[in-house]
Amino acid sequence: MSMFKNAGRLAAIIAAGGLVMAVGGLQAKPVTLKLPEETAQFKPGPNLDVVQANCTACHSADYIQTQPRGPKFGKDFWTAEVNKMIKVYGAPIDANDVPKIVEYLAATYQ
Amino acid sequence: MIDRRSVLQGGVALLASTSLLGKSTSAFAEQTVTLPFDNGTRPLGKYPQKRTMIVQTSRPPQLETPFSVFNESVITPNDAFFVRYHLAGIPMEIDPDKFTVEVKGKVDKPLKLSLADLKKMPSKTIVAVTQCSGNSRAFSDPRVAGGQSGNGAMGNARWKGVPLKAVLEKAGVQTGAKQVVFGGLDGPAMETTPDFAKALDLDHARDGEVMLAYQMNGEDLPMLNGFPLRLVVPGYYGTYWVKHLNEITVIDKVYDNFWMKTAYRIPDNECACVEPGTAPKATVPINRFTVRSFITSVENGAKLKSGNVTLRGIAFDGGTGIKQVDVSTDGGKTWKAAKLGQDLGNYSFREWTLPVKLGKGSHELKVRATSNGGKVQPEKAVFNPAGYMRNVIETTSVTVA
Repeated sequence: MSMFKNAGRLAAIIAAGGLVMAVGGLQAKPVTLKLPEETAQFKPGPNLDVVQANCTACHSADYIQTQPRGPKFGKDFWTAEVNKMIKVYGAPIDANDVPKIVEYLAATYQ
Repeated sequence: MIDRRSVLQGGVALLASTSLLGKSTSAFAEQTVTLPFDNGTRPLGKYPQKRTMIVQTSRPPQLETPFSVFNESVITPNDAFFVRYHLAGIPMEIDPDKFTVEVKGKVDKPLKLSLADLKKMPSKTIVAVTQCSGNSRAFSDPRVAGGQSGNGAMGNARWKGVPLKAVLEKAGVQTGAKQVVFGGLDGPAMETTPDFAKALDLDHARDGEVMLAYQMNGEDLPMLNGFPLRLVVPGYYGTYWVKHLNEITVIDKVYDNFWMKTAYRIPDNECACVEPGTAPKATVPINRFTVRSFITSVENGAKLKSGNVTLRGIAFDGGTGIKQVDVSTDGGKTWKAAKLGQDLGNYSFREWTLPVKLGKGSHELKVRATSNGGKVQPEKAVFNPAGYMRNVIETTSVTVA
């Protein structure tokens, strides 16, 4: 399991490089995976820099923008989500950044 | 590998569905589809070994099968099969000649089996559905957090491989063993994130049906579906179908990692449900599929000509098989039994057809499956906090002119 722990970052690098997608040929060995360019982007909003610094290492922006919208999905919802990222998924987010991230998410994805 | 014709078919179907929803785009690469729930617009994307799919998320990739695919055949083609990863550390390169799966823990003889070793063992083939626990989550009312899938996070394939039972027998399970833990090559982007691994009770693991599959629909598994080896757990939600399977560990306790103890839990009651806003008193790991059925031949919002039309669709459950499928063309007031298609086994999609006559006006078409286990789809969706296991009777609204 551990031998591929850097693949996510590798994927991000490949995406950033804009390499076209391709399969490394089923006949050829080994089989390689080249993912298409990551196009989802965070919408502009307050503290965008903090969000980009904290939220992109593990997942793409579409994880956020596809979440449900509306009055029930405001500050409380996003606080719970950010805390889940920290407590459950071990995201190394500084406590001072949490309210900034929540402010961005609640203001931007309504 | 990718059949040009099926790519085109997929493309055409998607074009049709997008234009139906009032969106037209000339640039195929920038196409989106709008699924029928709030905030439901998704890009369409082309991934390795896949035809155009609905991109739920790009990293880690979650690709949904366009629903029209389910009307093409009862077997879901590999290039249209849904993709769901949890963690961004997905394998970017695998050498099948060097790949091994380890069998370890409470066993007499730890093993390291290559694909060639597995292919020398007696093989087994089964047609089985895998479905994401959160398939259809975006239809949850109230909405809940998580991957916002429509109905396309499911698929039915013919899996070939080796029964896990035979592999465990080869290793010799020791007395006192309780569960078997499965790990794959995919892992987290950060070391602090719990690695993905799932467990099954020992009796389940060696029931002869759970298997290690090296083939899917007669071909190697697509990379994004777990190449070169995937756990197949017939009747169980996809979370157990560990991809890129390289570690099998027999343990003498109940596995309590995040993915078993905290995530993928359902309320421990008959309906696996709670009132929205309340928490379950007790939970258990998610397990078998609930019974579901869909109309595949007609899309919601379709305009049809009056007269005779044969409705078609699929039904499945968690392994007892489909006993009956009933269809209503009047919003559930009256029902008529559909004809069941070829039986590919209790874990497969079961095709159904029913010729109906539709008069002019609006119709609410409904389909309701009953399993051999006696379960019937509910009229009203049941709720659970994670939005799992949706199986309400589906309604397809059509206008007949």
